[in-house]
Amino acid sequence: MEYETIIGLEIHAELSTESKMFCGCSASFGGGPNTKTCPVCLGHPGSLPVTNMKAIEYTMMLALALNCEITPRSVFHRKNYFYPDMPKNFQISQYDIPLSTDGHLDADMNDYVRKVGITRVHIEEDTGKSIHIGESGRIHGAEYSLEDFNRAGIPLAEIVTEPDIRSAEEARAFMQLLRATLEYLGISDCKMEEGSLRCDANISVAVDGKLGTKVEIKNMNSFRSLFRALSYEEERQRFALEQGGGLIQETRHWDDAEGKTHPLRSKEEAFDYRYFPEPDLVPIEPDPEWVDRLRENLPELPQARFHRFMEQFGLARDIASMLTGEKALADYFERAVETGQGPEELAKWIAGDLSAMLREAVVPIQHCPVAPRGLGELVALVNQKVISGKMAKEVLREAFETGKGPQRIVDEKGLSQIADAHELEVVVDEVIAENPGAADDMRTGKEQALKFMMGQVMKKTRGKANPEVASRLLKQKLIGRE
Amino acid sequence: MAISIEDVEHVARLARLKLTEEEKETYRRQLSDVLEHARKISEVDTSDVPPTSHTLPLRNVFREDSLRPSLSVKEATGSAAWAVEGAFKVPRII
Ligand SMILES: [Zn+2]
Repeated sequence: MEYETIIGLEIHAELSTESKMFCGCSASFGGGPNTKTCPVCLGHPGSLPVTNMKAIEYTMMLALALNCEITPRSVFHRKNYFYPDMPKNFQISQYDIPLSTDGHLDADMNDYVRKVGITRVHIEEDTGKSIHIGESGRIHGAEYSLEDFNRAGIPLAEIVTEPDIRSAEEARAFMQLLRATLEYLGISDCKMEEGSLRCDANISVAVDGKLGTKVEIKNMNSFRSLFRALSYEEERQRFALEQGGGLIQETRHWDDAEGKTHPLRSKEEAFDYRYFPEPDLVPIEPDPEWVDRLRENLPELPQARFHRFMEQFGLARDIASMLTGEKALADYFERAVETGQGPEELAKWIAGDLSAMLREAVVPIQHCPVAPRGLGELVALVNQKVISGKMAKEVLREAFETGKGPQRIVDEKGLSQIADAHELEVVVDEVIAENPGAADDMRTGKEQALKFMMGQVMKKTRGKANPEVASRLLKQKLIGRE
Repeated sequence: MAISIEDVEHVARLARLKLTEEEKETYRRQLSDVLEHARKISEVDTSDVPPTSHTLPLRNVFREDSLRPSLSVKEATGSAAWAVEGAFKVPRII
C-alpha cells in the first residue's frame, strides 16, 4: 500500500493597522483588559461598524503578492455562534464571495519546488481573548472565564490553501515563505508566539490514491510546533491505517509540552454558523485603478529576492534562502555588499558567526551591534591579510560585544599580522637558533618538524605571524626551497 | 417544502431556544410555510438578475485608518452583570 500525506493550511494574520477593522479603537498588542474597546467592538445595540480602508488595502496587497484574483464585488457575512469571545454573538467575516481567490505561492524545497494553491484570501475581524479560571487552567473544568475584548475587531487576513502540501517539511517551508511575504509587504507583525500569525492545518493520509479522513489540528504556535504537530499527526494516522483501524473526522489540539495531539471539543457542536450577508456593511468593489496601483507598488518579494541573490551575488541556494527569509537580514547583507567586499564572504559571515551571535544574545538583526559597514571592514582586514581568518572571528566577537569597529579593535590590540618578511626573518632566525634539534629534523625532511617550528614562530609573535610568509622563510632557510 | 421536527429542534438548539412540543409543531408549520413561499418566489426567472445581498445602492463605504478615543474600562464594563479587574466574567463555557 502506498501512503500519501495531504495537508492544507488555514492561516490568520493580524494586520498592523493603527485602528481596528470597524471602529477607531487601537489595534496594538497588549494593554490592560478592555482598555481598547468601544460600543462598536463591544457589540452594543445601535452601534454601527465602518470598514477600515487600510485593512482592505493591506489584504489586497497580500492577495496580489500571492498571485490571487481580486473579486470585483465582495461582501461581508455574519458568522453566528454562541461563545463569549465575541460580544455580538457573531464575527464579521467573508463567506461565499471573498475579497480574492485562486492564487499560489511556491515554496523552494532545495531540490524541488512545491507549488501551493491559494484558495482564497479574505478579511475578517479577530475575536476577544478568554482566560479560563479554574483548577486546571484549561477550558475543561474551568469555573469561569474572563473576557478581554482588546483583540476583538482587530483586522485579520485569512489565507486558505489548497490541499497541495505533502509533508510537515513543506508545510513549514510554506509557512516561513508566507511569513516572509507578510513581512516584506510590511502589513503584519508576524509574531507566531504573540498570536499575530496563527496557523491551523487539515491533514489526512491517502491510501493508494484514495483520500483519507481529514483531521484539523489547532494550537501550533511556532514553526517548530507546526512541524512537530504535523509529523506527529502524520505518524499517528499512518499507524492507525496500518493497524487497520479507523480514523474519525475531528479537531485535535497540539500539546507542545507533551508532543502529542488530543481531541478537542468544538466551539459549536454542529458546525453551522448560519452565515448571512452583514446588513450593516455595504459591498466592496475595488476600483481597478486602485488595484493596479497596489500591484505596481508591491515591493520586491522574498522569492524574487532569493533568485536575485543567487544570480546577482552568486550565493549558494541555502545561504540565499536563509538571508532572504527575513527582510532585515537581507537588507543588512545588501548594505554590507555596498562596502565593496565580496558578497559570498559577507554572506558566509552573516549566515555563520554573526547569526550565531545574534541567536545567542537574542538580538534581532535590526539591533545588531556590528553595522554592515563594520562587517565590510572585517572582511577587508582579512582580504588584505592584516588579520587571519581565525583572528577575524575573535575580532567580530569583540566588535559584537563592545560595538567598536573591527579596524579600531585591531589597532587598539595590536592584532595586525606580521606579513613583513624582514620583520619575520628576525623571528625565524631566533627560532632556528633556539631549536637546533628541530631545525636538523627539518633539514632531513621530517614533516613534523615544520609544524613545531611554525608553532614556535606563532608563540613568539603571539599568533600574529602571517602563516604563509613564516612557512616560506623557514623552508628557504632550512631546506633551501619554498 | 416541508420542515421536520428534527430540523426545528436543530435550529432551536443553535439559537439556544427551549421549545415545548406544541411550539415545535407550530414553528414546524410556520417555517414550512415560509420556505414554501420562498420556493414560489424562486419560480420567477431571475437568470439575468444579479443576486441581491444588500438593498442600499451603496458600495465602498470606508473610513481612514485613524484612532478614536475608546471607552474607559469603567464605562466598558460598568453595565456588565459580572466583571472583575477590568475583564468581563462569564460562567464556565464547556
Ligand atoms: Zn472599538
